[in-house]
Amino acid sequence: MYGAQLRQEFESRTGGTWPLNVGQVYTTLSRLERDGFVEASGAADEEGRIEYRLTTAGRAEVQRWWSAPVDRGQTPRDELAIKLALAVTLPGVDVPSVVQTQRTATMRHLRDLTRLKVDATEDLAWSLVLESLVFQAEAEIRWLDHIESRLARVRPTRPDASSTAGHRRTTDAEATR
Amino acid sequence: MTAPMLQLADVTRVHGEGEARVIALDGVSLSVAPGELVAVMGPSGSGKSTLLNVAGALDLPDQGQVLVEGQDLASLSPRELAALRRRRLGFVFQDLNLIPSLTAVENVALPLELDGVSARTARRQASDALESVGIRDLASRFPEEMSGGQQQRAAIARALVGERRLVLADEPTGALDSTTGEAVLRVLRERCDDGAAGLLVTHEARHAAWADRVVFLRDGKVVDTTGDPASPESLLTAGA
Ligand SMILES: Nc1ncnc2c1ncn2[C@@H]1O[C@H](COP(=O)(O)OP(=O)(O)OP(=O)(O)O)[C@@H](O)[C@H]1O
Ligand SMILES: [Mg+2]
Repeated sequence: MYGAQLRQEFESRTGGTWPLNVGQVYTTLSRLERDGFVEASGAADEEGRIEYRLTTAGRAEVQRWWSAPVDRGQTPRDELAIKLALAVTLPGVDVPSVVQTQRTATMRHLRDLTRLKVDATEDLAWSLVLESLVFQAEAEIRWLDHIESRLARVRPTRPDASSTAGHRRTTDAEATR
Repeated sequence: MTAPMLQLADVTRVHGEGEARVIALDGVSLSVAPGELVAVMGPSGSGKSTLLNVAGALDLPDQGQVLVEGQDLASLSPRELAALRRRRLGFVFQDLNLIPSLTAVENVALPLELDGVSARTARRQASDALESVGIRDLASRFPEEMSGGQQQRAAIARALVGERRLVLADEPTGALDSTTGEAVLRVLRERCDDGAAGLLVTHEARHAAWADRVVFLRDGKVVDTTGDPASPESLLTAGA
């Protein structure tokens, strides 16, 4: 396969969710070639395109990839989690409204994904990618609901901005009173 | 814009008295047009089922008005209310109540037969409704011979059968796995795309996402609305 073809296949199977630039594809191909996982199947054609194929080592590597789980040990940076962690520890931030604004936005995003999904039923690969995004958005909304109900328990109904940090130490007995 | 199928104007419903007094709905206004599916979300006890019961004339508001196809429910006689519920409204309750002594298809056909549709036509429409929720082959089973999710689907078929113009569903996907739940939402969505109005209570954002609008209730009040366009009121009360 040519580099441009690889990019096209990748994007069509994932519905363009993660666009690749073609430079990225060529950089990756040349690293794979350096490491012995792919090789050029011949010289460049008259348009200057080089066709690549997997080597035996490349096939073995792909096989390993299928059989090993994706590493979940690394936690990618999550702006929303960081934002809320900061919000609950700073005085003067209206946390319930941060939560609500986000939930409305995520709900809207979830609805847009659902509409895409209705049209994507024929395309298994893309609808799987969409469903992954749907479940992620749903998880985010559940997490936001959870935060909201925790805040409602921990914070008294009279918001008192000066002692925001102190609320975190409210005892359970007090909170559920 | 089309006239609303369902309209709630400043509806308040108070349950109990004295110590036990609960304001289940507190000045709720909401309208659902034909072709529209509106989802209602909110924590347990926020008034979702009360809202649905009031919308379906199973419960009366203490204040405010409920209009179905422009008719104020308070102005209807009990007989007229019963006819409206039978012909126009499809209900899926939170605790589904199929009649134990009737088979699935008989349960689904019942509202049609009560309404004078011939037994044969009623049965055919009931089979089609069972088909649309994927359990036509269970037509002659009694409720106790069906799993919870299968009973739920039969209850949904009963709410959709015939010419129901307003479908009120309280957690219809509660006992269903994710694929079956989605199939049910698809059926409901299609029914609304064909011109019915739907009001759906759900805890699952994934299912609410099939709606045109999502209304969030908390302590009997609408605190937020997601949809296009967001009403100015909902923006004002958001975060209050
Ligand atoms: N018949 C009743 N008598 C007294 N209080 C009631 C009655 N029905 C409901 N309530 C109260 O009204 C409030 C709203 O109840 P409702 O059933 O509408 O909540 P909900 O949002 O549907 O909750 P859930 O998600 O748990 O089904 C609750 O506080 C409930 O205890
Ligand atoms: Mg309820």
